[in-house]
Amino acid sequence: MLNDIFVAPFVDMFAAPDFLMQVLWEGLVSGILYALIALGFVLIYRSSRIFNFAQGIMVVFAALTLVGLHAMGVPAWICILLTLGVMFVLAVVVERVVLRPLVGQPDIILFMATIGITLFLIGLGEIIFGGENKVMITAELGIPTGSVLLEPFGGLLILEQKDITAVIVAALLVVGLLIFLNKTRMGRAIRALGDDHQAALSVGISLQTIWVLVWFIAGIIALVTGIAWGARAGVSFALEVIAYKALPVLMLGGLESITGAIVGGLMIGMLEKLFEIYWGQPLLGGNTETWFAFVLALIVLLFRPQGLFGERIIERV
Amino acid sequence: MPDAENTQEMLLEVNNIEVIYNHVILVLKGVSLSVPKGGITALLGGNGAGKTTTLKAISNLLHSERGEVTKGSIIYRGESVQDRDPAELVRKGVIQVMEGRHCFSHLTVEENLMTGAYTRRDGRAAVERDLEMVYDYFPRLKERRKSQAGYTSGGEQQMCAIGRALMSRPETILLDEPSMGLAPQLVEQIFGIVKSVNENEGVSFLLAEQNTNVALRFAHYGYILESGRVVMDGPAAELRENPDVKEFYLGMSDEGRKSFRDVRSYRRRKRWLA
Repeated sequence: MLNDIFVAPFVDMFAAPDFLMQVLWEGLVSGILYALIALGFVLIYRSSRIFNFAQGIMVVFAALTLVGLHAMGVPAWICILLTLGVMFVLAVVVERVVLRPLVGQPDIILFMATIGITLFLIGLGEIIFGGENKVMITAELGIPTGSVLLEPFGGLLILEQKDITAVIVAALLVVGLLIFLNKTRMGRAIRALGDDHQAALSVGISLQTIWVLVWFIAGIIALVTGIAWGARAGVSFALEVIAYKALPVLMLGGLESITGAIVGGLMIGMLEKLFEIYWGQPLLGGNTETWFAFVLALIVLLFRPQGLFGERIIERV
Repeated sequence: MPDAENTQEMLLEVNNIEVIYNHVILVLKGVSLSVPKGGITALLGGNGAGKTTTLKAISNLLHSERGEVTKGSIIYRGESVQDRDPAELVRKGVIQVMEGRHCFSHLTVEENLMTGAYTRRDGRAAVERDLEMVYDYFPRLKERRKSQAGYTSGGEQQMCAIGRALMSRPETILLDEPSMGLAPQLVEQIFGIVKSVNENEGVSFLLAEQNTNVALRFAHYGYILESGRVVMDGPAAELRENPDVKEFYLGMSDEGRKSFRDVRSYRRRKRWLA
């Protein structure tokens, strides 16, 4: 038994390094998508202290809109632009109708409001686009669908081109976001707002503008995630659950840390795949991916309540 | 000491304002004051007198604390500025430095200063120039420019907050309790900088301060607030010589030091627009 837990998996890993790389690659692909969703959460949380429960449904809604518009005969690239437009309108509406009237209310009320947004978007999505599963318009968007064969260590490694595209696009998005947050006036304002609302108001930063902006960014992230995940698993309301995978990522990485969201996402993505293949399937009958991340997060929380990368709380006495 | 206030152009005029928090708590019961262009005006008084509330009423930061101006008017450059966005006031040139500094603790000192320029549209070069100007006034900030503001000292944070306000190219700074929690030497230094900013850049100040002694030495004109009302006002030099102010706020009297037992609270009330 001990041998099965502590020795055999590692022996397997070294015996077939190409297979290990395959597993890690699969983990990396889902990990970077978890990281993206977690980033959406972090941005909104930092600038408004709202835990945005609707992030998951925004992914579904963005993907549905994209596919739905295409089904109406709109060319694929225009669909992307229109969907971005829809996400922007959504951000404006959320700010006007939900956030603005609730300014200054306790956090829990705002959290409840985002659950309300979730339910509303589920309903709206079903009315407009119907509830049945759809296929992501991968080819129409120009995403390559073939695969790349590599032969490391004399073995075989299969990389699907759409996964490679997803990783590259997600990485670009993350880098772009980091530059935006650290180098631009608006980005600074977003971070400033996260630190001190009153002071941000006092220097003339407008809450409304920033909120629309962060919800729109969250919408863009949702669209990218929606396309990438939809290309792998189809577009349905079940997509929403991948957003809940972002919760352990946030616990691991800390709600406020952008680095935490990225590293946490990649870690969870890869660890859950490794665990599934080398421990889950042989020892536990498989399907460990559904719960592994949460257990891992729980263990981390026991030792580091602020998460692995939670922003250190600066407190002067 | 320039005392010719009456001949000067008034930038800001507050007429008989009343402020209520949460629809029930009456904090200001008719406060009137005016701030002349190019002057340093002090707003004095003890804890809870209404100094901070007055400043926040002007800068419109009251709203986010569930406070409301229910009576009176606030005029800036002949224009009513009530119910405006705080951002709009910053664009008009009125910016508040809040009590307790309120620096953005996870941003570096330089990033903090740059947030002050958020509302500006006059280009990167002008902002860079002003950044250098702020560093000239506060050389200490230049040394600490890369540190996270949360890890700097109280004095540095106060400098950072004032510098941040300067970055908006203000015409009037509402400065709330700059001496709070600072060593006397540092208070002296900061007031000195305020004075030179006032003289060199022509920025007007409305200064809320508990430290009556320091404030009256640097200000041109003073208002004394007690429980939500202005009870006295006058040129700073006169206030400093006033026997009541001496007794109640400066801790001196003609008969030498008094026991605290004998000190009454000051109750003379000035009526405005009665």
